[in-house]
Amino acid sequence: MDIRLDAISHSYGDTEVLRDISLDIPNGKIVCLVGPSGCGKSTLLRLIGGLERASKGRVLQLGNPPEGCLNPLTYVFQDFALLPWRSVQGNISLVLEDHGINGAQADAIIADVLARTKLSDFSKALPRQLSGGMKQRVAIARALAVKPAVMLMDEPLSALDSQTRELLMDDLVALWTRQSFTAAYVTHNLAEAVRLGHRIVVLSRRPGEVHEIVEIDMPLAQRSHGNAKLEQTQKHLWDMMRDEARAADEELLDV
Amino acid sequence: MSDATAPTQPIEVRFRGGGFAPKARRWVGLFVFVLLIGITEIGTRQGWISSLTLPKPSDVLATFGELWESGLLFKHLLPSLSRLAVGAAIGASIGIAVGIMIGLFSYVRAGMVPLVAAIFPIPKIALLPLFVIWFGIDEASKYALIAFGTFTPTVVATYGAVDNVDRSLIRMGQSFGLSWLSIVRKIVLPGAMPGILSGLRISLAIAIILLVAAEMLGAEYGIGAYILEAGSLYDLERLFAGVVILSLLGVILSTVIGFIERRLLGWRA
Ligand SMILES: Nc1ncnc2c1ncn2[C@@H]1O[C@H](COP(=O)(O)OP(=O)(O)O)[C@@H](O)[C@H]1O
Ligand SMILES: [Mg+2]
Repeated sequence: MDIRLDAISHSYGDTEVLRDISLDIPNGKIVCLVGPSGCGKSTLLRLIGGLERASKGRVLQLGNPPEGCLNPLTYVFQDFALLPWRSVQGNISLVLEDHGINGAQADAIIADVLARTKLSDFSKALPRQLSGGMKQRVAIARALAVKPAVMLMDEPLSALDSQTRELLMDDLVALWTRQSFTAAYVTHNLAEAVRLGHRIVVLSRRPGEVHEIVEIDMPLAQRSHGNAKLEQTQKHLWDMMRDEARAADEELLDV
Repeated sequence: MSDATAPTQPIEVRFRGGGFAPKARRWVGLFVFVLLIGITEIGTRQGWISSLTLPKPSDVLATFGELWESGLLFKHLLPSLSRLAVGAAIGASIGIAVGIMIGLFSYVRAGMVPLVAAIFPIPKIALLPLFVIWFGIDEASKYALIAFGTFTPTVVATYGAVDNVDRSLIRMGQSFGLSWLSIVRKIVLPGAMPGILSGLRISLAIAIILLVAAEMLGAEYGIGAYILEAGSLYDLERLFAGVVILSLLGVILSTVIGFIERRLLGWRA
């Protein structure tokens, strides 16, 4: 299933946040959205997932979600959004219960996603007992449990320290390599974008417009830390963003 | 840093952290009770507390024993407990339900919040005659008084607690396509539970106060009636025996809520 954004514009009252955004999220690819803070990345993701209505334009699903898909558009949030009163297992079963999946069937799904995120030993733990990286892995496991057509990830690694972030990026690459998933991945970290993105969409400062789209052909598994070609792409992205970011920063001071 | 002052001895950095984190100290509470009662006992025996001021704790205990042996204790206690249970259960459950509705629906909030603010400060005891006219002199008017008194603080605590539930968790529930009912049951309610339970502590203490008030105004049996009778005879031993029962009731209820909190809110730790 593909997602197509058709001339999306959005305003909050008088504040124009997004202007005329058109882009495709093709099946099986990770599309990274980068841009200065406040340019409307999170807003765009909320529009894609149907948590908010765009002022103008449409979000289209092309094709049908895969077999057994419970929740086609599934988020992974920056702050994990785990229920603190439910164990790891309980947090995952939460999203299955409403689809009538209980008992052995639920246990099988939970065991599978926990194995894929290397959490099998922690199924009974409460969120407060887990480190940040593990919490985000639980959130990813929860997202995988509903067999999403598209994962909407809003800065999923931004709350983590840089070592944990590296490890989790490796995990995401391994996860994608084993079974490719489709994702819209918002980040302000360009290293993350060049590491995980098949396509990188650079947004301008507010009101966010598509500034440039960069395609990276190199397979995810080959993109190692410090790869020269990726460094070059990252520098290109940064050159493009620096002025926008600085201007955005100064605009905020004016307010 | 500057070399203007003469080098001095190294000073250990003063510790200024810690505190603000009460821990469970089981026996301290008991110790305070024992100490106060002990002082009173010694004082009344030695005479520096006159027997007109306070009864001897041992005499109160003896009165308590008589109450127990004559079977009067349960004759008074059981009606009181059932009034408290029925009244508080009605008040608290309606209060929680209304509080959740205020927390969830704009129109209920707009309509009910001013109403609750208007009835909160009314001393409910003043309304007892009204309740007697509405519900009769029997049990129903006592239930109504206790329920009404428990209702308002429960509502206020509950909708405050619902307001404080992390919105990002609700957004998460919606993004996974959970039904409205599931979001309320599995996210809003557990998230509001800490606030609801601490509200219940206050509501139940108020319920005990109103129980006594209601029984003083018209009941043959009940702790309130017992205390009123003792008071009108200036029988301090019996008065205090009644008061001790009320205090014990308060302690027991608070312990029960503490127990429920440990069971339901273990995840907070
Ligand atoms: N619910 C909202 N109401 C009003 N303004 C909002 C709301 N959400 C976001 N904004 C504004 O929209 C702009 C874009 O926000 P956001 O999408 O969070 O940016 P980003 O994720 O790129 O940092 C910001 O200026 C923000 O203040
Ligand atoms: Mg954001």
